[in-house]
Amino acid sequence: MAEAVMGHGAGHDASHGGGDHDGHHYTATGLNSWKVGFWTFIGSECLFFGTLLSTYMVYKGASLEGPYPLDIFDIPLTTLSTFVLLMSSLAMVLGLDGVQKGSRGKAAFWLGVVVVFGSIFLGFQYYEFNHFIHEGLTLQHSVFGSTFYVLTGFHGAHVTVGVIWMTTLLVQSLRGKLTPDKALQVEIAGLYWHFVDIVWIVIFVLVYLIP
Amino acid sequence: MSETTLNPDMAPDDTAPDSAPSHMQHGGHDEPTGLWSWITTVDHKRIGIMYFLTSLVFLGIGGIEALIIRLQLFAPEQALISAETYNQLFTMHGTTMIFLVAMPMAVAFFNYVVPLQIGARDVAFPRLNALSYWIYLFGGIYLNVSWFFGAAPNNSWVGYAPLTNTVYNPGLNADFWVLGLSILGVSSIMGGVNFITTIIQLRAPGMKLMRMPIFTWMTFVTSFLLVTALPVIAVALILLAFDRFFATNFFVAASGGDPVLWQHLFWIFGHPEVYILVLPAFGAISDVIPAFSRKPLFGYPVVVYAGVLIGFIGWGVWSHHMFTSGLGPIADSFFVATTMIIAIPTGVKIFNWMATMWGGRIKFNTAMNFAIGLVALFTVGGLSGIMHSSAPVDLQQHDSYFVVAHFHYVIVGGILLGMFSGLYYWFPKVTGRFMDEKLGSWHFWTTLIGFNVTFFPMHFSGMYGMPRRTWTYSSELNVGLYNQLSTYGGFILAISTVILLWNIWKSARSGAEAGSNPWGAPSLEWSIPSPPHHYNFPALPTVQSREPMWHEAERKAIEAVTLAHPEVEPEMPNPSYWPILLALGVTATWALVMTGIWWVPLIGFAYTAFCTYMWAFEDPFAKKGAEVTHG
Repeated sequence: MAEAVMGHGAGHDASHGGGDHDGHHYTATGLNSWKVGFWTFIGSECLFFGTLLSTYMVYKGASLEGPYPLDIFDIPLTTLSTFVLLMSSLAMVLGLDGVQKGSRGKAAFWLGVVVVFGSIFLGFQYYEFNHFIHEGLTLQHSVFGSTFYVLTGFHGAHVTVGVIWMTTLLVQSLRGKLTPDKALQVEIAGLYWHFVDIVWIVIFVLVYLIP
Repeated sequence: MSETTLNPDMAPDDTAPDSAPSHMQHGGHDEPTGLWSWITTVDHKRIGIMYFLTSLVFLGIGGIEALIIRLQLFAPEQALISAETYNQLFTMHGTTMIFLVAMPMAVAFFNYVVPLQIGARDVAFPRLNALSYWIYLFGGIYLNVSWFFGAAPNNSWVGYAPLTNTVYNPGLNADFWVLGLSILGVSSIMGGVNFITTIIQLRAPGMKLMRMPIFTWMTFVTSFLLVTALPVIAVALILLAFDRFFATNFFVAASGGDPVLWQHLFWIFGHPEVYILVLPAFGAISDVIPAFSRKPLFGYPVVVYAGVLIGFIGWGVWSHHMFTSGLGPIADSFFVATTMIIAIPTGVKIFNWMATMWGGRIKFNTAMNFAIGLVALFTVGGLSGIMHSSAPVDLQQHDSYFVVAHFHYVIVGGILLGMFSGLYYWFPKVTGRFMDEKLGSWHFWTTLIGFNVTFFPMHFSGMYGMPRRTWTYSSELNVGLYNQLSTYGGFILAISTVILLWNIWKSARSGAEAGSNPWGAPSLEWSIPSPPHHYNFPALPTVQSREPMWHEAERKAIEAVTLAHPEVEPEMPNPSYWPILLALGVTATWALVMTGIWWVPLIGFAYTAFCTYMWAFEDPFAKKGAEVTHG
């Protein structure tokens, strides 16, 4: 199991550094506590986005005036940005692999790709928001505007946090501080990144693809 | 029930062989004292104490609000306070009692008791735990600061749209409410994550899930409800905040929004919230009743499963709060059925507690009295609950004082009594001293009498048609007598609270000294000195049964470990001031939303991000250098 490798910093809030502390490695399940805690947090986030998505779905078609979704969505463009985000998840996997194997170059390169792809996705979103506002769909304009911007905006905020997090890891990697015993930190960051990715897949399907 | 080795009497009340008085067990070095050590503490026990004391302060504030309400309602057509003030009072009373008293008081016990019960040295994330507390404190202060602006929230604790929008509520009132609750939600979610992880991960060797004390089990279930229900209200509050500050249309009917969506989101959170409140109290008395009946809990697995089942079904009953909003017969029928079904696991627990007492040698002390009081009063609240699980009946009772009577029987009769029971039970562990039984007796009986005098008449005033949340009533309604009784009862409750405070104060300083296991109770927290060392367990004990302290051989083996003086004390995480600084940032970020300028909260956010970085790069186990005082 990967956990055996990641045993570092288990249990007691030793996100950083940590070192050897007798007793702090013991857990009842053998799993790492940071991982369990983070999975729990992701579970909580599911309800958060689930509620936002439900709100969007409940209000689908409730807008009193246009522009309506079909008028302004540019599916090919959003498909492209979705593709970029999905590829960033692949880069994340390779980056983690680099850290685990102690390959500094590989880790830094792929973490860099994650940062770049994440930023490109945010760029697409910025362009999209700008374009929609130009078309007359503002946050205040209609129920569609309110639900769309708040839902995708919160997703974008999550991606932004992820990009900042990944940039931090990238800097640490470049400084040679992401040694294999720190792989757990990268793995947890990866959990977050993949989760944010999956949320986007759901948003893309429910908001963009289903008319 | 017939385990031959089980012997609840082998550690009889105060003659237990290993129950050395606490002062003899203070070997090694003393814990740091002083204000700074409390501000920077990451010790779950200290955080638990702070949670409890803070919730007591808010209990006082919420109680005073209630007393003013009762004075206003003492006689028909009074105008002691204005209708607007009345709105603010009942809103803040409800909000305070739910979010600033009942929840954090339960979390106080989670903090203090759960790590001790599972044999852990602390929670999984000690700094996160401190952060939860500070956010709770600052969020509570922020909510109450609204009084000084003359703009306390006035939209009731459920904040139904459109009463909360800027048209009907243009002032700061609802701003304080929506932002204050958002802040508190952050604290609760983090607490839930922490306790789920703690209970999954930090159980001592042999402490299987089905060996955990019921209080820990109910903490576990409650924590799942926290991490799942709080995000829902978080989103609802965010949507409302957008409506108020950025003129969106979520709950604005004129632009296609639906005010009923607010009700759904609120109650999808709000009903699990009911179980978030009550399950910890159930857990506490599930530990208290066996300890003072000298019998293991009757049907332990069933109590666990009932608690888990309540946690699940609790998600499927929310619309019974909305029978009057016109959901239609099919939806109504569904929620009638689920509501009746959820009464079953709750009833099962009631019978388990009674069967535990049946045939036991019951010791009636204050902790046990409060536990039995819970069983009785919660049943009354449960019965009126079953009455309005029926939609047609509910249509008659909705928003009347009958409902007020119902939920006070559940929340005060259930939760508060359970918390008091837990307080008297665990106080000796926390302080090394017993609470005064004579004062405890006064506290119990004044609570019981005051409570029933206050809330039982509300069943009648409600049935006679007195609406809740209305600042006065007509004398023609003929409910003056009931209201007078309720007001008298309220003041008896105030007296009981003063007795409680006096008892805590007095007992903490000069109560009779309690040993490690003063009650002869079965679970692991009673295997260590009272009060515990800051590291709780010198080495991790091995658990072999559900009642480790009631099995002679097992108890001896455990106490050989837990009462030993270690050569080298276990290393515990350092104190940290980042939790309080980060909590300030979280609070400020939300509070700055009040300015209505979109970039101003980002200042708070930047500060929060800075603190987060400092936190992330702080090594909790860094060597302390010269100031180390290892004795």
